Amino acid sequence: MSLQNIMENWSNYRRGAEEGGHHKYEHRWGMAINLDLCIGCNACSTACYAENNLAVVGKSRFAKGQAMHWLRVERYWDESQNKSSSVTPDYPEEGASFLPMMCQQCNSATCEPVCPVAATYHTPDGLNAQVYNRCIGSRYCSNNCPYRNRYFNFFSYYESSWPEPLNLQLNPDLTVRDKGVMEKCTFCVQRIRAAKDKAKMADRKVQDGEFTTACAQACPTGAIVFGDRLDETSKVAKLWQQHEVKLGVYKQHKQNPEKRGYRIFEELNVDPSVMYLERVRDTGI
Amino acid sequence: MIEKDIDEQIKWAKINADVLRSMENPRRAYWITFFICIAMMACAVTAEIYQYNTGMGVTNLNNPHMWDMYIASFVFWIGMSHSGTLLSAILHIIHADWRKPIYRFAEAMTTFSLMTAGFFPMIHLGRVWNLYWVLPYVSDRGAWPNFRSPLVWDAFAISTYLSASMLFLFIGMIPDLAICRDNARGWRRKLYTVLSLGWIGSDRQWRNFRKTYLLMACFLIPLAVSVHSIVSSDFAMSIMPGWHVTSFPPYFVAGALYSGCAAIITLFVMLRYYFRFEEYMTVAIMEKTAKLTFAIAMVWTYLNLIEFASTWYGHDIYAKELLIAKAVGPYSWIFWTMLFCGMVVPFALAVEKFRRHMPTMFVVSLLLNLSMYFERWMIVAPTLSMSHDPHQWDIMWPSIVQWAIVFGSFGWFGLLFLVFVKVFPSVSMYEVKEMVFHRRRLINEDAAKVYSRRARDRKDATGEPELEGA
Repeated sequence: MSLQNIMENWSNYRRGAEEGGHHKYEHRWGMAINLDLCIGCNACSTACYAENNLAVVGKSRFAKGQAMHWLRVERYWDESQNKSSSVTPDYPEEGASFLPMMCQQCNSATCEPVCPVAATYHTPDGLNAQVYNRCIGSRYCSNNCPYRNRYFNFFSYYESSWPEPLNLQLNPDLTVRDKGVMEKCTFCVQRIRAAKDKAKMADRKVQDGEFTTACAQACPTGAIVFGDRLDETSKVAKLWQQHEVKLGVYKQHKQNPEKRGYRIFEELNVDPSVMYLERVRDTGI
Repeated sequence: MIEKDIDEQIKWAKINADVLRSMENPRRAYWITFFICIAMMACAVTAEIYQYNTGMGVTNLNNPHMWDMYIASFVFWIGMSHSGTLLSAILHIIHADWRKPIYRFAEAMTTFSLMTAGFFPMIHLGRVWNLYWVLPYVSDRGAWPNFRSPLVWDAFAISTYLSASMLFLFIGMIPDLAICRDNARGWRRKLYTVLSLGWIGSDRQWRNFRKTYLLMACFLIPLAVSVHSIVSSDFAMSIMPGWHVTSFPPYFVAGALYSGCAAIITLFVMLRYYFRFEEYMTVAIMEKTAKLTFAIAMVWTYLNLIEFASTWYGHDIYAKELLIAKAVGPYSWIFWTMLFCGMVVPFALAVEKFRRHMPTMFVVSLLLNLSMYFERWMIVAPTLSMSHDPHQWDIMWPSIVQWAIVFGSFGWFGLLFLVFVKVFPSVSMYEVKEMVFHRRRLINEDAAKVYSRRARDRKDATGEPELEGA
């Protein structure tokens, strides 16, 4: 955020997300997650660990809430109808709902304005980028994220998480973050980068389905669909259109209320880029 | 009961002698406190070294709880700094001259609590070695801080307030430093010679001094209000339930004045004892300070209650849920202690018998500050424990590392303060003389009744002041 940038783009900066914001987007990467298809297998989360060099913090730190899972599968239970004594309230046997939750890449992200050093900012790709080198660890971004999807390196994990020879499995396309740095889901920005470079070399546009994120790739049921929202022909754009979910609004006005698409906490006007498709239940539980 | 703020028959030479003596031979309790402070600081230094080397995780902070006691302490110490400005600047402008014997240490408290507060944002940073990135320095990469972030405003506001209040403390001390210079020997004489800036007490110097002091006072008042408003925007600018509250700036400023006044009472009692200042820090002045604290306590109570009311009657379901959780959840004992000590205990200040009893006031003032610390903690922690996403709800209690550092911060503050009162005059000699000078004009009983309440010059007062020594 240089002074020159501020001077030149001042009037643009005053436009809110409802008016499209101040960005001239090249892409707007987005997702559609079908909760009907999600079986809660955590393959997406595991794939994310492998792809993004996420630290495995160990049991005790996990229990303390210091885990680094950029993508977590949240589990919720409905009120149990089963009154039998074998079902404890802590571990109900039936009725679990799963919600894969990663950074929603909000278009008016609440984490961005509060960072004192502008370590997190919006890219022309519609991504909410995190610059590890710039981060000083004030952790305000995480406090201001309604999804609580920003993870902080509370310790230096390199030696404990990847003892030799496990360090050889690290993905060379991105860094291993050291202690004191905030990190979060990037929509596998290294893959996006590679695909864009490849497309540029071939002098064409990035095509839908040319690449996908690690979580979408690993999902056995294909619940996660990733793509460019600006590309009208992409699978994700079609899904958004089909379910009448729009960007840049804080309340969806649907012609057909039966459509299942929704965005989490969109009433907070954070304008997330991930659409969820509500789960349809066929039983009473 | 009508009582004199100060004995107006007191000789000027005695004032000098008493204050100068205080810098030489305090009671033994002073030294005991001094070494306790050093021990407390050692705890914090040890904890900080451990935390620095190991990582922030040793504090028990976790994903929803990214901030905890460090930020609460930061707000607490910033708040503490406000009453020094209240006493020295606001009461100066409204000519409340009972402030004169006690404003010096209050102003010192301002400076030192700011210096304590300033540590906390550093301690809580993940990468403290890159702290200077929040300042707009000229960098070859053209990288600037993010001016939209309240944390950057904090950096500006606090550094401005700190430098202004240090300057104000120093300027107000110049005539006294000259007295010290004239009476000191050895290293003290050298120090005071430099610091008194060649003060000889000429008319011209006094005129310039008065103007500068008034100007600084006027400059400092809006600054004090803005600093805590900006600190409140660390919370109010976010979208979190319980933080996103419009009334936070006045609420924070009231809370700041409240905890500051309580701290003044604490230090009042301590200094009065350590340095045998019974003649200057009189019971009458304590009574006035206590009344002021009581008034501020009621303002704070009101603002606190309307904050609850606006949440209760508002339609922000997250905030309402959080409010209920504060009252009945795992943190509820802190919540109720805060309300009891902050809203009920101050009524002790309304009782004259308590106001005149120093040990009682000492305990009451500590309870008030306990409440204020809890208040800050109740702002920071429960919001994080129960924000929008129920999956990330979590209860966290700070680890021993956090406790040690917060504990040690009191030691650091105490150490700075104790060194200050030993090296610099903690009672303003020239202003006490002024006060005595004005009171002498009111030697007759009737006028004294009026003037012990309202400090204002009366032109037709009988009894010309005695102009001995200057």
